[in-house]
Amino acid sequence: MADNIINVHEVHKTFVSEDKQSLWDRFRGRTHEARRVEVLKGVNLQVTQSETVVILGSSGSGKSTLLRCINKLETIDSGRIYVHGHLVGYREQNGELVAERASITAKKRTDVGMVFQHFNLFLNKTALGNVMAPLRDVKKMSAADARTKAVHHLEMVGLGDKLDNYPTKLSGGQKQRVAIARALAMEPAVMLFDEPTSALDPELVGEVLAVIKRIAEEGTTMVIVTHEMQFAREIATRIVVMDQGLIVEEGPPEIIFTNPQHDKTRALLSRSQTSPN
Amino acid sequence: MEFITDTLAVFPALFGAVPIVLQLAAGAMLLALVLGLLTALARISQSKVLRAVAVFFVEVIRGTPLLVQLVYIFFVLPSIGIAIDPVPAGILGLGINYAAYLSEVFRSAILSVEAGQTEAALSLGYTPTKALWRVVIPQSFVVSLGPIGNYFIAMVKDTALTSVIAVTEILKTANILNSQTFQTTEIYTAAAILYLMLSLPLARIVVLMERKARSRG
Repeated sequence: MADNIINVHEVHKTFVSEDKQSLWDRFRGRTHEARRVEVLKGVNLQVTQSETVVILGSSGSGKSTLLRCINKLETIDSGRIYVHGHLVGYREQNGELVAERASITAKKRTDVGMVFQHFNLFLNKTALGNVMAPLRDVKKMSAADARTKAVHHLEMVGLGDKLDNYPTKLSGGQKQRVAIARALAMEPAVMLFDEPTSALDPELVGEVLAVIKRIAEEGTTMVIVTHEMQFAREIATRIVVMDQGLIVEEGPPEIIFTNPQHDKTRALLSRSQTSPN
Repeated sequence: MEFITDTLAVFPALFGAVPIVLQLAAGAMLLALVLGLLTALARISQSKVLRAVAVFFVEVIRGTPLLVQLVYIFFVLPSIGIAIDPVPAGILGLGINYAAYLSEVFRSAILSVEAGQTEAALSLGYTPTKALWRVVIPQSFVVSLGPIGNYFIAMVKDTALTSVIAVTEILKTANILNSQTFQTTEIYTAAAILYLMLSLPLARIVVLMERKARSRG
C-alpha cells in the first residue's frame, strides 16, 4: 500500500441539480424536489508508481467525475481519496471529512497534474506564458529559470517554434500539447487526462496521443479517461471499466481486450473498431 | 464672421480650465476603478454581509442623481464636520458614482470568464484567491475595456456638474465669463466645442486600446 500514489476507497458522489423553484410554486406552497443523481456508488481504485491506468466507460459512467474528485475539483460525499497518503481538500475529524484550508489543498494539488478535454489554456497568455505562469505564481521560480524550464517542456511536446503564439493562433492539437507541457512542467507525481482528445478534429488526435505515449514511456504515473480504444490497448498497463458509477471490470489490456468478462466491457469493445485480437 | 472670431476669442480663457477637468477625470476614474473592482468582488464573494453591503451601495448610488451626490458631499458633509475642498469633493463624488456603475461592468466581466480557466489554475496549484487575481481578473479586464472607456468619456463630460460645487472647470469658467461680457452664444458654443475636443480623441483612444487588447486573445 505504501507505494500507492492514488488510493480511492469506497467513494460515493451524488450530484444534486438545483431545479429552480418558481415563485408561483413557492407561493402555492408546492414542495420543491431536487434531482439527485448518484454518479459514484462506492468506487475503489489503487494506482501505483509508473502505472498507466486507462479508464473506459460510456458517457455518464462516472469516469470523468472520478478523475475530478482525485484533485478535488469535485467534492465527495463519503469514502476517502488519498494521493501520496494524504487526503486532498479534506482533513479527517472524528472519522468525518472536513474541508481543509484552501492554501493546503493548493499545495497538495501541485502533486497532481491535470489535462482537460477543452485544454483550458489561459487565453491572455502565449504558449510560453501559459507554461511559465504556474512556475512563477505557484513555484515562485525566477523569470529566467521559469523561462528555461517552460521552453524545455514546450520543446518536448514539439512546440519549440510556437512559444510566442496566443491560444487563438494554435490548432486544437497544439493547444492540448501546450496544456500537457504546462502540467508536466510542475513535475507532478501523477498526471490525470480527462478525455484529452475528445474535443479534437480526427486528424489532430494522433499528435496528442503520441505525446501522451512518450510521457508514459518515460515512467510518469498516469490515469487516462479516453474513448480511444486502440490507444488504450497500446498504452495501458491496466484497464479499468466503469459503468453506472461502479468499476465493473479491471485488468491488463491483453486480457480485457481478448477476454472481456462483463457485458458492459463487451459492448464498449464491439462499439469501437478494435478487433478483439 | 464676427460670431466665429468672437467664439474663437473665448477659447484662451476656457483652456485654463482644461487641467482641472483632466485632474478631476483622472482622479475620479482611478477611484472608480479601485472602488468598482472591490465592490464587484464583494458582490461575488461568499460572505452574505459583504454582498448585502455591495448591493446597498450600488443601489443607493445608482438610485440618486450625481448632481445631488455632489451637492451632498460639498454642502451637507461640512455640517457633520467633514469639509472637503471643491476639487477633492468633485473627485470623490464622481469617483463613488462611477464606481457603482463600473462594479456592474467588472462583475459581469468576471463571471464571463469560463469556469475552465479557474479549474486549470486550481489544478496547477493556485489557491482560489490567486486564481482570481492572476488568471480571471486579468482576462476580465479585456472584456471590460470597452465599457470602461465609455464610462470614462461620460465622466469627462460629467465634470461639468462640479461647477455647482465651485470647481472652476470649463462650465464654471464659461459662467464667469458670461456674467462679465454677456456674449452668451459665443461663450457656450466655445465651451461645447471644447468638450467635443476632449471627448472625440478619447473615444478614438478607447477604440484603439480595445482593438489592441482583443488582438492578443
